[in-house]
Order: sequence, then C-alpha cells, then structure tokens
Amino acid sequence: MFKEILKDKFAGPALIILLVMYLCIACANFIAPYSKDFSDRAQAYAPPSPVYTVTAEGKLSLPYTYNYVRVFEPKLYQNVYKLDKSQKHYLRLFAKGEQYKILGVIPCSIHLFGTDKGGRFYLLGTDINGRDVFSRLLFGGRISLTIGFLALFILFPIGLLYGGISGYFGGWVDILMMRFAEAVMAIPSFYLLIILASILPSNMTSAQRFALIVVILALIGWAGFARVVRGMVLSIKNEEFVQAAETIGQSKLGIIIKHILPQTTSYVIIAMTLSVPSYILSESGLSFLGLGIQQPDASWGNMLKEAQEYINILYRPWLLTPGLLIFVAVLCFNLIGDTVRDILDPKGKLR
Amino acid sequence: MKIWKFIFKRILQTIPLLIIVSFISFFIIRLSPVDPLAELRLNPSISQETLQREKTRLGLDKPIIVQYGLWASSFVRGDLGVTSSGEKVSTKLAERIPNTLVLTLIVIFMTWIVGVPLGILGAVYNKTNLDRILTVLSSVGMAIPSFFFAILLLIFAVKTGWFPVGGLTSFDFNDLSFGGKILDLTKHLVLPVTVLFTISLAGLQRQMRANMLDVLDSDYIKFARAKGLSEGKIIFKHALRNAINPMITLLGFEFAGLLSGAALTEYVFQYPGLGRLILEAVMKSDINLVMASLMIGSIMLVAGNLLADILLILTDPRVRGE
Repeated sequence: MFKEILKDKFAGPALIILLVMYLCIACANFIAPYSKDFSDRAQAYAPPSPVYTVTAEGKLSLPYTYNYVRVFEPKLYQNVYKLDKSQKHYLRLFAKGEQYKILGVIPCSIHLFGTDKGGRFYLLGTDINGRDVFSRLLFGGRISLTIGFLALFILFPIGLLYGGISGYFGGWVDILMMRFAEAVMAIPSFYLLIILASILPSNMTSAQRFALIVVILALIGWAGFARVVRGMVLSIKNEEFVQAAETIGQSKLGIIIKHILPQTTSYVIIAMTLSVPSYILSESGLSFLGLGIQQPDASWGNMLKEAQEYINILYRPWLLTPGLLIFVAVLCFNLIGDTVRDILDPKGKLR
Repeated sequence: MKIWKFIFKRILQTIPLLIIVSFISFFIIRLSPVDPLAELRLNPSISQETLQREKTRLGLDKPIIVQYGLWASSFVRGDLGVTSSGEKVSTKLAERIPNTLVLTLIVIFMTWIVGVPLGILGAVYNKTNLDRILTVLSSVGMAIPSFFFAILLLIFAVKTGWFPVGGLTSFDFNDLSFGGKILDLTKHLVLPVTVLFTISLAGLQRQMRANMLDVLDSDYIKFARAKGLSEGKIIFKHALRNAINPMITLLGFEFAGLLSGAALTEYVFQYPGLGRLILEAVMKSDINLVMASLMIGSIMLVAGNLLADILLILTDPRVRGE
C-alpha cells in the first residue's frame, strides 16, 4: 500500500511531509536549539533573529546574527527590540547547548544548530515568556501529532466490540445499545468535549492530564463508529462461515472477535486514516480555549492561544506558525486518507 | 395516510432519545466534583432566598436519582434556574438561540446553493483538471482549523477596517433605521459566516460529487444515454434527483457539525451565540447554564435530524417502503 500512496501525485508528497514532521518531533531535543521550558523574560516577544551572510563592509562571511536588546522608546511609550550590532554571533551546526538525554538515558548537549557562546538565535521569535517559538513548535508537535492516534487506539477497540456485540446479538440488546449510542451522538460533540475537559481537576500532573484528554477525545467518537460497524455486522452475521463457526460450537464472543470483526478491516483502516485529522483539530481547539494541554507544556493549540490578542496578530505574526503547522498536518492526513480509501475501496461500497 | 404514520412514528422515537441524553448529561455534570452552587454562593448580590430556592429546586440533599427527577421535571416545566450572575437561564438562552440559528441557517443555505452545483461539476467533469482543482480546494477547506481561519479573518478585518470586529450589532444599533439595522447585522455576520461556510462547503461538495458519480455509473443512466437523451436532461432530470436524496440525511449531520464548529468561531468573533454561551458557562463553572445549554444544543440537534428525516420520508418513496 505504501508504494501506491507514494506514487499518488498528492498523497505521495503528503506522506513524505508527514514522515519528515514525525522525524522532527522524534528528534525534537536535537533539532530544537532550546529546551521546551527555556525562557528569558527579558526577551519576551522578540522577533525572529535576522541572519546575515554579507558584512556591513560588503564582504561575504559565514552566516551570523546579532542579539536583541530591549529598549524603552519614550516617544512610542513601548518597548522595542534593537539589534546589538557591537557583537557578531556566528551560527554553527552541531553547536553546544543545553543538556538533554537521548532516549531518556544518554546525556548529550549537541544541537543541530545554534550560535557561539553568548548568542541567542530565535528562528521564529519568542512568545510572551521569552521562550523560543521554534523549539516549542517541535515539542508541541509531540503532543499535537500523537494525541489523535492515541485516542484512536482507545476508540476503535471499544467501537468495534460495541458495534459487534450489538449487531450480532440483535433484539433487545441491539435496541438498547443503539439507543444509547444514538443519545451520545445527539449531544453536540464539541459541547460534550469542553464540558468533559472542564470537569478535570486542576491539580493533575501534565502526564495525567494528557492521558485524560486522550480518553475524552476517544469518548466523543466511538458512537458513530460503533453504529457503522453494527450495520456491517448485521450483513456479515448471516454468511455461511459464521454459521459454520456456530455449528462447531464457537462461543459468541469468539465468533464476533475472530470471525466477524476481521471482515471489517478495510473499513476500519479507512475510517482511522480519515479520522486522525479531526482529533488533531479537536485537541488544538480544546487547548486553544485553555481547556486542553496546559502551560508550561506546549501544544500547537495552546501556543495559538496567544494569537487571540489583536496586538499579537498584527505585530507578532510569528505567533501564528502553529496554526500553519496544524493546517499542513491535517491537509496531509486528509490527502493520504482519500488515497487509502481509493485503494482499499475502489468502488465506494463502504461509504 | 401512510406518510403521516411514518412521520408520527419518527417523532415518537425522539422522546426516549432525549430522555437518555438528559440522563447522560445530568450524570456527567453531577458526578464531577464541582459544587453546582459554588458560584452562586460566592456572588454577594445573590440573595439567600434565591440560593435556598435553588437548593430545593435541585434537591441537593437528596439521593442523585431524586435529584435527576427534580431537575427533569423543572426542565420540562421550563424552569431552568438562575445563572451565577443571578439572571434567569431561560431568558439568557432565549437571547442566544436565535443568533446561533440565524448563523447556522444562513451557512446551510449558502453551502447548499454553492456546494451542490460544485459537486455536480466535479462529478460530470470527473478526472479533468476542473475536478482536480475542486478536489484540492475542498481538501484545503477541510484542513483549515476553524479558529485559525477566524483569526486570519480578524487580522484582515482589523487591517482593512471593512468589517466590524466582533459581536452581532454595533453599539449604536438601536438608533439605526430599519435598513441600517439590516446592513449592520449583515456586516457583523459576514466574517463568521465565511469561516463556517468555507469549512462545511468542502464536505458537502465532496459528498455531492461522490453521490453523483455513483448515480452516473448506474444502469438507468447508461440506458438514458443509449437512447440518445441529451446530457443536460440526463444530469438534471434523472441523475440529480437520485443523487440529492442521500444529501438530505446529511442535512441533519451538517447541522450537528455546525453547532459544534460554531462554538469556536463564535468564541473568536465574540459572537453572542449558544456556543459561546456554553463556553463561558463552562469556564465560570456555571452549572445551571451548562446543563441547560447542553440540553438545548442536543434538542436542536435531534430536531435537525428529525426534520431531515421527515423531509426524506416526504421526498423518497423508498424510505416509506412503497
């Protein structure tokens, strides 16, 4: 299947972009010049650092940058950033920086790029706390790009089993289970999402919070999925191989899990790839409202929270970059999902 | 007569559904550790009398099942309690629901007017460049996070000054003439409608295209072509009618999606709708308001689905089993 996706005009590049993104967040410690919590309060909202390759005298030089200094401008009555041109800071590949641990064990302090001692290099500027936006984008991506998958791995087994049992047993079990699923679907999903997120106690560690957000996201989507699975099970359960399994005395749950549910694999794969984006969007929306991932942890949604202020969006456009990344990631997932559907379900039977 | 029986049956089905919804939403909120009256107690302008009345209305000292019964019976009677600032929940909701309805109805109307023809175009010119462009555009439309798009439009509005930023009416709304009022409302609606329109248009266009492709592939269309019918007649007289039927079911889903999608958009544009109301209520942990708006949102969704189903019963004889 990978080959077919790669051959596609849209899905191929999309897959490559996504792979690069996942590689980047996997190596976030190495690629990011600063750690997720590194902050310099004196450099709040510093614009992206300029890179010079030609000196003031017009000579070519290795790329270098200047540090920012914050100056109070009495006429404008605000702080402005000026470049401190007295000291050049050369950019370096594999520069020494803050220490981190490879795979959580091996200590290392080499970063992909950085400056020589005393320099600061903000590729995409800084946020309100003087934290490097580029570094936080990488660490935030770890959360934003994985949370959807994790939710799916909780949601799909539940939905499969629920739909399987409901469809196979039929009768009262079916009616009761389906009415319940329909009721869950009848609650506007985003309303349910924010209510569930808001009743989370505020004294949780960030890992606990992350796990619970995953669970909440999973709680939203299972019902619709279970309903489709039930419909498929209804048509599968009268097939001969199911009757054969019944005759040799296979248990009911065994028949559902071993014989019926595997028949729905193509649909499950299609539904999974097509629903990853909606979970990425839900998480970012939730964090954007301040109900999802909390500071100081980064996620693309909560980084965009700062873009809610007019002043920020007008004068500090680099704060909008997380939105751009969400857009690119979701677009890529959508393009791949469409292609996967065309490959597995060329006649559109499963829709 | 048979039609009416079907419709009646369908309406009856919604009642148990709403009861289960109320169960779910009641227990989610009541089982959370939040004290439902905490905000009311903290507000010094709330009288002891009101507080006491709320206590008896919710029956907080009684077991949870009894509490549910009390809440449900007062809900059915239209008594939704007071918000944390002491206003009646029902008046607050009555203010907000029309705003959200106006927004969603305009969006649905526009997406249908634009989305259906674009879907037909995509299907008729399948695999040509036009179709590819439409597909790419719809992928882009589906991928934009609504709140991000809303923020971008805000920048645009602030920079150009063409559109007012936020709200539904200007501060001098009451002094305007009738025409001026309409113009003012329209100006405020343009941006939120644009956001929701772009996002829901993409989905609708795709669905319409897929339906149309299915129908165009069927035997009776081939037969119509074989007997030499003009392409226009084939598409508009034979294919369109069958392709548009499944879209009616989608109408209900679209309404549901819009209710959810509108929440974030309303929040960014400070639009006084139901979505923003529930968000504010959640953030202030205003339990009465949260419960009531959750129920109202669900009722609107169920009603939307119901309307779509009734429409389908009326238009499609196959649903009635004829």
